[in-house]
Amino acid sequence: MTLADLGWVLLRIAMMLGFLLGTLPVVIWLERRVLAWFQNRIGPNRLGPFGLLQPMADAAKLFFKEEIIPAQADRLIWSLAPALSLFPALAAAATIPWGPNRLLTPVADVDIGILYFLAMSSLAAYGVLLAGWASNNKYSLLGGLRASAQVISYELGMGLALATAILYAGSLRMTDIVAMQSEPLWGVVPFIPNWLVFTPWGLVGAGLFFVCMLAETNRAPFDLPEAESELVAGYQTEYSSMKFAAFFMGEYIAILAISGIMTTCFLGGYLSPVNFSPIQSFAESSEGVWHVLAGVSGALAPPFWFVAKVFALFFGFLWVRATLLRLRYDQLMNIGWRFLIPVGLVNLALLTVYIVWGWVPSLVGYAVVGAMYWVRSARHRPEVRQLTYTRAAQPYRPKEASNV
Amino acid sequence: MFEKVLFFLLALIAISTAVGVVANRNPVRSALLLVMNFISLAILYFMLSAQFLGVLQVIVYAGAIMVLFLFVIMLLNLGSPEAIAQERELKRPLAWLVAMGLFSVLMSQALVLASYGTPQLAPDIGTARTIGLVLFTQWAFPLLLVALLLTVGVIGSILLARRRPA
Amino acid sequence: MESVPLNAYLTLSAFMFAMGAVGVALKRNPIVMFMCIELMLNACNLAFLAFARCQPTPQEQVAGHVFALFVLGIAAAEVAVGLAIITVIFRLRETIDVDAVSLLRE
Repeated sequence: MTLADLGWVLLRIAMMLGFLLGTLPVVIWLERRVLAWFQNRIGPNRLGPFGLLQPMADAAKLFFKEEIIPAQADRLIWSLAPALSLFPALAAAATIPWGPNRLLTPVADVDIGILYFLAMSSLAAYGVLLAGWASNNKYSLLGGLRASAQVISYELGMGLALATAILYAGSLRMTDIVAMQSEPLWGVVPFIPNWLVFTPWGLVGAGLFFVCMLAETNRAPFDLPEAESELVAGYQTEYSSMKFAAFFMGEYIAILAISGIMTTCFLGGYLSPVNFSPIQSFAESSEGVWHVLAGVSGALAPPFWFVAKVFALFFGFLWVRATLLRLRYDQLMNIGWRFLIPVGLVNLALLTVYIVWGWVPSLVGYAVVGAMYWVRSARHRPEVRQLTYTRAAQPYRPKEASNV
Repeated sequence: MFEKVLFFLLALIAISTAVGVVANRNPVRSALLLVMNFISLAILYFMLSAQFLGVLQVIVYAGAIMVLFLFVIMLLNLGSPEAIAQERELKRPLAWLVAMGLFSVLMSQALVLASYGTPQLAPDIGTARTIGLVLFTQWAFPLLLVALLLTVGVIGSILLARRRPA
Repeated sequence: MESVPLNAYLTLSAFMFAMGAVGVALKRNPIVMFMCIELMLNACNLAFLAFARCQPTPQEQVAGHVFALFVLGIAAAEVAVGLAIITVIFRLRETIDVDAVSLLRE
């Protein structure tokens, strides 16, 4: 490794960290404003244009807060936990390519990129778990236990969802997965790139990944580890000042990183939704304005599309948070183990059918499985609906009274 | 040179954390030291050009197995001061003697094997593709056995941990 | 570039294995005993991978990696069952001290 290589590596790391940390205030501001919009409120709009400086004010406030350490806490682990939740979130983004230039991105284009991401996201459980334990507080402990069980359970579904991308691209390398998606759609439509989400297996995989993504980052409706109505604030109850801020940052950076992974694996990474290469080839042959325009769009567009997709996914996070109620713990486990994992396994099996025998038997398989599921759930559905309606319609009567 | 320094550092971490796992009274701290040990081992695997296993080491050991350990420790409240107070040992001479014997036997073998050869560079051996190709052809039957073992383990643990109606 | 010799890896592996054995013999907390068993399994894995790199042909090298992979799978199965057993013992006896679980001895 020469000195120049080292310089490029440092530049790549700096750009990635700069992106993650620079987007952080915007994301926090967006969360508050968009949630307010969903709930018919205004949200923070006083400080700076549109309230954009509000996150800075929040950071300054947290910075000057008193830091309180619980008397019975395990001090070492208690102080270590925020760092342990921040580090994997930052490190997980290292293999995500956000542009076509291999000198600038990704930080490390290793041939085990997706596995590296899975490793980092599985390390994210430690911060929460240890914070919950070291606080020596019942609510914190319950939050930590919930978080660890949840993260382990949904890791499986996430692995199965990512396996579709791995299998389809035939590689664990992130850049290979993006390159696979730059080909014409289904091999025939030239102007549209073949994003994985446009294929049936990719669609199912992306849906699966989105649900697992919500659970992995402890977001609503899977925010049981910090359920404020039952556990105060879960694992971060005892934390204040910058340690609390570290958890806060860790959560949002994890959301950005995992959205980046979903963008890369299912939504075509930094590719634009329309393939502009014919225009660019036209520009290459001619002089002047077209040439300049093509050059600018070639340099700027890929990062733009990447960021746009990440923000669209973040909007999805907020939309889900504003729409759905928090699940019960048994519902969470049921969804993870009895719905997502079977769906992921069937999806993976049908993808192998596609790879070995072509798309006709695979689509037939999807139709058969879908029909089976529909028939099975249709048998239960009216019954359930009727039961809830009748219960809701009848006023409460004690048993003795109804017998009279 | 760089490789040797890195090996030395990682070995130092691995040794000290291995000692810490045994010497620490608090099971939570033991578990954390073991996680550190596993991560340093994962980096050593990378140095041995076994990237796939290095990452699997982090995913399986650090990400799943040790989280399960911590989960059970916290669930049974074994990290509480009363539970730690029960742990008074490290004074059984026989155990240390056996361990010293074991170590010297293993070391003698290791020193004999010094002439076995130095590790050679083979960059593309440890990739997922190479291992997968061999795993699903040459080692398909043992792989099935391991899969069966894992299935039995899952079913067995569910049956064990289930609350029976009294 | 001169690489790290085989016996350096083997020494580390042997030390970790012995440390794990000490832990299993000394500890009364079965969870920590389990952790020490994991330590021993990892020591074996390190030795496997170190040996694998010294093999002459690529096929033999990959075989070492495959062994290590199997050890990983077996460790996972063992932990699942072992932790379930510990939970059950705790539920029955309110303690998991291995010296106290001696019903079959009396």
